[in-house]
Amino acid sequence: MKDLLRFATAGSVDDGKSTLVGRLLYDTKSVLADQIEAVQRASVDKDSPDLSLLVDGLRAEREQGITIDVAYRYFSTPTREFVLADTPGHVQYTRNTVTGASTAELAVLLVDARHGVVEQTRRHAAVLALLRVPRLVLCINKIDLVGYDQAELEAIGKDFAGLARSLGFSDDAVVTIPVSALVGDNVVDRSEHTPWYDGPTLLGHLESVPVTPPEAGAPFRMPVQYVIRPPRGIDARSADAPRSDYRGYAGQVASGTVRPGDEVVVLPGGTRTTVESVDTADGPLDTAGAGRSITILLADDIDISRGDVLASAAQPPTVTNELDATLCWLSDKPLRPGARLLLKHGTRTTQVIVGALGDRLDTDTVAYVDAPQTLTINDIARVSLRTADPLPVDDYADIRATGSFLLIDPPTGNTLAAGLVGSPLTLAP
Amino acid sequence: MSAPVLDALEALESESIHIFREVAGEFDRPVILFSGGKDSTLLVHLAVKAFAPAPVPFPLLHVDTGHNYSEVIDFRDSLVARLGLRLEVANVQDWIDDGRLTERPDGTRNPLQTVPLLDSIVEGRYDAVFGGGRRDEERARAKERILSLRDAFGRWDPRSQRPELWNLYNGRHAPGEHVRVFPISNWTELDVWRYIQRENIELPSIYYSHQREVFQRDGMWLAEGPWGGARGTETLELRTVRYRTVGDGSCTGAIESSASTLDEIIAEVTASRLTERGATRADDRLSEAAMEDRKREGYF
Repeated sequence: MKDLLRFATAGSVDDGKSTLVGRLLYDTKSVLADQIEAVQRASVDKDSPDLSLLVDGLRAEREQGITIDVAYRYFSTPTREFVLADTPGHVQYTRNTVTGASTAELAVLLVDARHGVVEQTRRHAAVLALLRVPRLVLCINKIDLVGYDQAELEAIGKDFAGLARSLGFSDDAVVTIPVSALVGDNVVDRSEHTPWYDGPTLLGHLESVPVTPPEAGAPFRMPVQYVIRPPRGIDARSADAPRSDYRGYAGQVASGTVRPGDEVVVLPGGTRTTVESVDTADGPLDTAGAGRSITILLADDIDISRGDVLASAAQPPTVTNELDATLCWLSDKPLRPGARLLLKHGTRTTQVIVGALGDRLDTDTVAYVDAPQTLTINDIARVSLRTADPLPVDDYADIRATGSFLLIDPPTGNTLAAGLVGSPLTLAP
Repeated sequence: MSAPVLDALEALESESIHIFREVAGEFDRPVILFSGGKDSTLLVHLAVKAFAPAPVPFPLLHVDTGHNYSEVIDFRDSLVARLGLRLEVANVQDWIDDGRLTERPDGTRNPLQTVPLLDSIVEGRYDAVFGGGRRDEERARAKERILSLRDAFGRWDPRSQRPELWNLYNGRHAPGEHVRVFPISNWTELDVWRYIQRENIELPSIYYSHQREVFQRDGMWLAEGPWGGARGTETLELRTVRYRTVGDGSCTGAIESSASTLDEIIAEVTASRLTERGATRADDRLSEAAMEDRKREGYF
């Protein structure tokens, strides 16, 4: 059976990211004849279609020749399906990179072989590290334009490896691949021009990298989404009718695994109980892991509702009203200390008061600098928060699902910030 | 010991179920747009699985152009009856009869669905409207959120969409606004067919190969119906066809196909050189941004 890899791409303007994505789609035969014809009609050079046009879908994007918003692309090979979040590099880069990275198990970062690691590369890598994307691929693009020069390309790879290490990526989480998206070198097919390169092609790597998320081995967490209680008396005569006391807690396993007999704690309340059964529409399961939508039946009759979290009783999260967190500010509306907002964590939304602003991450230098007076769009900073309801949280660095939250503007309902519990970006001195 | 890694279809199913449950937990009056086509039939199947053994906690809404194949309408009604669901039908004909809509010169009713849809949303006070849109279908849809805000006029503004982070969906909206929800955003056409096979989901018979009198127009095989028929030099002929998408009869073409089983359909879709919309939808061929323009006006 095929599995699924969700990944994101990031790069600065003119690194050729849209062309790389177009190349991946084209060379995996994921682009069909009518799409190619549409691209050919729109390309300046009719003989060599501009593959970037496969990606930029909105009227304004084609008119301005830029990518505005995160776009999702789909392709598959005989062994794996891919969901690609293609994140544009320039306008609102933090907002787009954070969005794309938040669901990614791997990120592909592009640099131009002529320019190497630049400021924008550092910014993107810092955001990917902050969001704890488990794996990173550096594609050094346009290698045809530097004459496939081994020394030059290896120097860029070494430069980037140093950057990745300083951002907390382990060496085995990072792979560097020299490519030419325009010509197709090392994207899907191995290049004749880089005999010195013995690593995988980009697609080869995407196909073989493990998809198990780090959350698989973490303690069990599941925010309760909905309580399933079939109406009594309906179809009671039918043999497959649910038992009349059926009360199931529906949710998607956020981390770890759950099986019948496990001792769990209901948070924030703190009541302990035992999992009686792990149910699905297809029948009960022996075990369910991260990502699986299930319905849990418990041994005891407890008052549980949407917003509560079921967690491993042996390794529970911290329940607190006071959060030290890192915010990625995504809105044009600035944030000032004292602001009263809404916070959405798991399946619970509660009121929050913003306390003191802490250090700001200067993404140009990738260093924490002094606390600002306000946060403006694309800022990343530490902050302390006080919530109306106590929340069961984990450090984002340990469990992404229970360590992440949104800040929402009460009057407009707009999403203002991506929040990460703790300080997930640790910078090497 | 950790649980086995989900395969692609299991991961997509779990994601869709999560979306259904989020909306059921946060909205007062959701509704599922249901046409009887494969994508909306998949939606209903996933909704049933999300809330089992309890019934699906929201009704279905069909905006019926009146230009549907009888096999699809029969299928729709039998599915609704079998699952004990509530179906509302907004007949485009009613809007034409009382003058709120005017028939187009080309007879196509696909674009006419927008007004009855928006009127029905207001009338039903629906705050969340599930649709079977997929991001792989079309370039404008590739930029669509899973939860996508619509203003009081039903308009989509692609430039001011909320960022969608992790699996935390922000469905807040003002009175009069609503949210479109796309639980199968991340499914491809092939995923849909492979899942239909795995789950043994029943579909209208016109998805499978059959004999039909059709005529050729703009490279598509169209059938005669209340929407009109062959004109000028176009001639009716009996062909072995099937439908790859199901929509308004005036603009949805059949493809020549002998695929009569799911295995054969999957093989055919895998080998196809055309996207499903490019192959069978005249409305999407109108311009580079036909879908974006319709979506901005409130289309699904």
